[in-house]
Amino acid sequence: MTEIKLTVNGTARSDEVEPRLLLIHYLRETLGLRAANVGCDTTSCGACTVLLDGESVKSCTVLAVQASNRSVTTTEGLVAEDGTMSAVQQAFRENHGLQCGFCTPGMVMAATSLLAENPHPTEQEVREGLEGNFCRCTGYHNIVRSVLAAADKLAGPSSSTEVNA
Amino acid sequence: MIPASFDYEVADSAAHALALLAEHGEDAKLLAGGHSLLPMMKVRLAQPAVLIDIARVAELSGIRIEGDEVVIGATTRHAELAGSDLLKAEAPILAHAAAQVGDPQIRHRGTIGGSLAHADPSADLPMALLALGGSVEITGPAGVRTVGADDFFTGPFESVIGPDELLTAVRAPRGAGVAWGYQKFVRRANDWAIVGAAAYGGRVALASMGGTPLRATATEEALKSGASIAEAAQLAAEGTSPGYDFHADVDYRQHLARVLTKRALEGKTG
Repeated sequence: MTEIKLTVNGTARSDEVEPRLLLIHYLRETLGLRAANVGCDTTSCGACTVLLDGESVKSCTVLAVQASNRSVTTTEGLVAEDGTMSAVQQAFRENHGLQCGFCTPGMVMAATSLLAENPHPTEQEVREGLEGNFCRCTGYHNIVRSVLAAADKLAGPSSSTEVNA
Repeated sequence: MIPASFDYEVADSAAHALALLAEHGEDAKLLAGGHSLLPMMKVRLAQPAVLIDIARVAELSGIRIEGDEVVIGATTRHAELAGSDLLKAEAPILAHAAAQVGDPQIRHRGTIGGSLAHADPSADLPMALLALGGSVEITGPAGVRTVGADDFFTGPFESVIGPDELLTAVRAPRGAGVAWGYQKFVRRANDWAIVGAAAYGGRVALASMGGTPLRATATEEALKSGASIAEAAQLAAEGTSPGYDFHADVDYRQHLARVLTKRALEGKTG
């Protein structure tokens, strides 16, 4: 067993883990944070996406020990204490950015990371920025619309956010 | 899927990593971003007894100029390569190749040293480094040796790195004005290349056309002799030995090599 110390959704944690424990299983099983899903389990679908030091990663392909001394954010951590959702989460709800919801936590985290790196993405940049996340329901149009709406809300409207869907 | 059990060691310097490698021998594997190794461990294609984590070794990361070369630390991540203004100015083909790897999440974790050491013949960075004529710096008990990209890859997922050695840096020639092109043919956004072609000056490298990334030597020779791009590109598949799978058969891969080489030599990147 190896001791890890990390911050999860703003709370300092210290746990003894097996080195082979994957970050997704640490989050879901050890901490009970069930937003991030295991989808493909092969670094493809993005349903397990969380933020590691603010950057999107696929937590099925990260060991919990690799997150030691780092900061992890899950979709639960985007919600304020009074229950207010983040701009990205609200935009997904307002723009019908989900149907079954399985991919949604991963999409939201990938979008959050994308907008931190590129606050004014074009529609094409949103589509490419989400290439690591699969949705089998929506056809992506409303997800892209959601991310562009969140960008407008967070950074102000830009001229390049028209979506033709 | 859960990897087999292993012991976990954290290296705090390159020297420490080498000492740990010497201590644990061939049962140990180096872990940086883990985006080639962990998927293999999850399906038990790899079962190292010890993982040596080098991702926290600061001296192994970063991009700097050294004379007429760009030197890139082994654990520099794809996202850092793709976003580096220095690399975009001095070796733009390498920044572009890094931006084609996988998807944003993978680029936040994967490293250039990991990708080269993994030596996947269909991967982006091995092909790009071969096109550039770059080299790899390998550190072992006997010191540092530098191996050219032409001599580095020895087979599918095999390189000249010994079990007691550590890939410490990647060297690329500075080439702000050198013409280049990059082509990666995929059916799905975040796949490996069904075939790839990278052109840099008069050099052309191919991905997925054999057991290692390959130079299109017949094309290069024809260009030197004054052939047109279209004529030279027709020779791109000569001397290659592509495999076949559900993506493409051999004839189709050879066809793609010719088409993509032509586009790469024309400076196309999309």
